Amino acid sequence: MKFSTLLYNFVQGFKNIWRNKMFSLASIATMTACIFLFGLFYSLGTNFEKVVKDVEESVSVTVFFNEGISDVEVQRIGEAISQRREIAKYEYVSADQAWESFKDVYFDGDENAAASFAGDNPLANSANYQIYLSDVEGQDDLVTFLQSLDGVREVRYSQVAAKTLTDFNRLMKYIFVSIVAILIAVAVFLISNTITVGISVRKEEIAIMKLIGAKDSFVRSPFVVEGVAIGLIGSVIPLLILWVLYNRIITYVADKFKFLSGMMDFVPASTVFKTLVPVALLLGVGIGYIGSRFTLRKHLQV
Amino acid sequence: MIRLENISKSYQKGVPALNDVNIHINPGEFVFIVGDSGSGKSTLIKLLLAELEPSKGKIVINGKDLKGIKHRAIPKFRRNIGCVFQDFRLLPDRNVYENVAFAMRVIEAPKKEIKRKVPIMLSMVGLAAKYRSLPRQLSGGEQQRVAIARALVNEPKILLADEPTGNLDNKNAWEIMKLLDEINERGTTVVVVTHNMEIVNAMNKRVITIKKGVVVSDEDRGEDDEI
Repeated sequence: MKFSTLLYNFVQGFKNIWRNKMFSLASIATMTACIFLFGLFYSLGTNFEKVVKDVEESVSVTVFFNEGISDVEVQRIGEAISQRREIAKYEYVSADQAWESFKDVYFDGDENAAASFAGDNPLANSANYQIYLSDVEGQDDLVTFLQSLDGVREVRYSQVAAKTLTDFNRLMKYIFVSIVAILIAVAVFLISNTITVGISVRKEEIAIMKLIGAKDSFVRSPFVVEGVAIGLIGSVIPLLILWVLYNRIITYVADKFKFLSGMMDFVPASTVFKTLVPVALLLGVGIGYIGSRFTLRKHLQV
Repeated sequence: MIRLENISKSYQKGVPALNDVNIHINPGEFVFIVGDSGSGKSTLIKLLLAELEPSKGKIVINGKDLKGIKHRAIPKFRRNIGCVFQDFRLLPDRNVYENVAFAMRVIEAPKKEIKRKVPIMLSMVGLAAKYRSLPRQLSGGEQQRVAIARALVNEPKILLADEPTGNLDNKNAWEIMKLLDEINERGTTVVVVTHNMEIVNAMNKRVITIKKGVVVSDEDRGEDDEI
């Protein structure tokens, strides 16, 4: 196709959007609604995932050592732990640190009560490694590994917390994938329906072009330009709405529900939109392109 | 120029729309194809435009055998046949100039050529002054003139007119027929499918009559035409 023809068809695509205002508006509205729902769900999902991840990262496994173990052996255990992939971080808690932390919790600043233990750490054998997992699903494997290490007296962990989180994670993944799949299917269905209606109104125009001797590509290209442009507009609008809404909601919640700020942090808008923008644009443009191209196909067989 | 040999076309088993039709039209001829509705005229036009394939027989147009013509070769083939229809088939949202220019854009003609030829065609059909009008602002006769200008702007060797006067009053119908006659005199082969016998009888041209899918007569009523 010549460049001038390409340019002509490109311009025609945009003119078509204007000529078929009602159809274009209906398509853009449908696309906007679908992409908005997708984006909304994605934003919620991302934040929910972060909350779960935060909880996951607070689940820890504690490793206590045999009495009288040497520093070298403790270090060797630490090195063995550091090789494991399922851990997010680990830290050494000395007997003194364990006692300090115990005092803070149980005596709650009552220095007199704590002073009676002065010079005699009741938790002398409580030096440990505190291990935080990146993925609680790996807890069982890690515990078995830790128990097999020489010098390890006890491994303390919560089976229930790990199992609940693992199950919950899995459930969330299923729900997220199902909802996204349903949303995409609904979007494709609605948009191809709108395009079908739009094209059937113009099948006379397509028939005229074909009878004059237009090639399929000549007939198709303005429709494809139109579909892609509608897809682009229909994904930019919901993205803008979501961006404004998301930032406002974060600010509003942070202002009005200050008690929440210690419990959860929202994922920053820039992080959410870094993935959402390309995915939504690709979805919009992809559906517009595929929808117009495939719906047009049967009308070209003249 | 146009050769149909033993053409049959059936849509469903047992009911042939055309049955063993043989037609030979020479370059430069003006031919009427007449018949009642349901006689097979529309099927004949669709076959000539490669919209349909015959069930049997051979069609050769401009030296091109249409048997097994590939889908992608059809556009190029159609560019040698100008088409005019009863309902004009203009693009309603484009003005007169754009409707005619559209036929040239389709064949990717250079802009300069479009700007040069479209006004000439519009002058020829007497619509130069209305180049900016939309089809709905024109009378039926004027719309048909635009359709004729569009059909001829790419200088096809054949002009195929399907009931070109069907939607027109008597005065406009005659004007369109005169225009088609002039076009024929300039060398274009003109095939007009119609059931307006008043015009057919007055024009003194070759007349092919189809009845129930069969050619029942083929007579030359003109003085100079050859069969």
